[in-house]
Amino acid sequence: MTMAATVPAVVEAASGADQDGALAGLRWAVTRDLRLAMRSRAELGVQLLFYVIVVALFPLSMTPERNLLATMGPGVLWVAALLASLLSLPRLFASDHADGTLEQIALSPYPLEALIAGKVLAHWLTTGLPVALLAPLLALQYYLDGESVAILVAGLLLGTPILSLLGAVGAALTLGLRGGGGSLLALLILPLYVPVLIFGAGAVDSVRAGLGATANLSLLGAGLALALVGTPFAAAAAVRIALD
Amino acid sequence: MLEAHDLAGRRGHAELFAGVGFRLAPGEAIVVTGPNGTGKTTLLRMLAGLSAPAAGEIRLNGKSIAPFSPELRSSVAYAGHLPALKDELTAEENLTSLVHLAGAKATEPSLRAALDAVALGRKRTLPARVLSAGQRRRIGLARLAVLRRPVWVLDEPVTALDSAGVDLLARLVHEHLDRGGVAVLATHQSLGLEPGRVQSLVLGG
Repeated sequence: MTMAATVPAVVEAASGADQDGALAGLRWAVTRDLRLAMRSRAELGVQLLFYVIVVALFPLSMTPERNLLATMGPGVLWVAALLASLLSLPRLFASDHADGTLEQIALSPYPLEALIAGKVLAHWLTTGLPVALLAPLLALQYYLDGESVAILVAGLLLGTPILSLLGAVGAALTLGLRGGGGSLLALLILPLYVPVLIFGAGAVDSVRAGLGATANLSLLGAGLALALVGTPFAAAAAVRIALD
Repeated sequence: MLEAHDLAGRRGHAELFAGVGFRLAPGEAIVVTGPNGTGKTTLLRMLAGLSAPAAGEIRLNGKSIAPFSPELRSSVAYAGHLPALKDELTAEENLTSLVHLAGAKATEPSLRAALDAVALGRKRTLPARVLSAGQRRRIGLARLAVLRRPVWVLDEPVTALDSAGVDLLARLVHEHLDRGGVAVLATHQSLGLEPGRVQSLVLGG
């Protein structure tokens, strides 16, 4: 065995209170979580398959009437997106909490808010983004026209990050609970998802009614801006409480 | 360098300890012992900045510090019961990830040298999943060696280590103290530290 004395010194980086620290922390969290997600691709595939199957179940369960399906389609796709996001939320902090990584994350010189924002970004890239990109394909089953599909995807691109951000707060708040955490998380977070669902599905409805989707999409955008500013701080506070 | 004044720890409504105080100068260590359930881990988590003391004050370089304060987060290396390793990542990836998380910029050769030093050089490309408990602990030792934080807070660091591993840990602690660092260790095993620079704290006694 070599002597430990041979370990070379390491240049300690500046403390992470500044902007560079926030960016470096964000980058650390995104790259690590994406790498972990790539190592367990099967789990990601299962979540997307769940989304696809939920969306495909509805046309089978009712009269395949063109108008009815086109009316229901946006709502069904949005509810399925909500459920897919919810299904993957426990993964966000629970495994890091179980193996002690969350302690090291909270003790990192990088701002905890930035590290959490990075984790949320990775979560969205692996769940929200694929959900939005798969939507045009799934919309075929619901006879949605081109414009409706474009608005649906735009709405999902604006709305799914809100789901990940709000979900992070819920996932952090339910961290200390044993066993029942998952179902409590659903109870806690689904009501908060309601506005996203209303404006997201509403955007497609108003296009179909000839009103234009600007109002709904602007509200989703405003919601996203608000969530981006507030939720990392709320989630960071919840993580610190969970560790105490 | 690291001082504790009149610390009290509580778990729920039960008081675990009260009036705990010590003062560590650079190069000194304190060994915390006591029966199970007397609050060793609680005390160490306070010193690491993970939880707030029920009463009392912790000072670092003369400055009173709160949990999760930036000074604490850039000068303390905490190793708890949980190894903070990802099963999906290799030994080297785990070490790199933890070192970067701690804000240090380590080069690949220095990380490899650290893994060699803890006798994991040949295992560095294996996923942590297939490593034994002792080998996983050694990744944590490599992390301590690479980071060189001035304050070490180690909770039961000898768990799962074989005798060579314990020797390695003892050597790392020695070198750390020689560099002027301080260490808080919760362990019942003697690490062969010179009595002159080791204080002892018995909880629940």
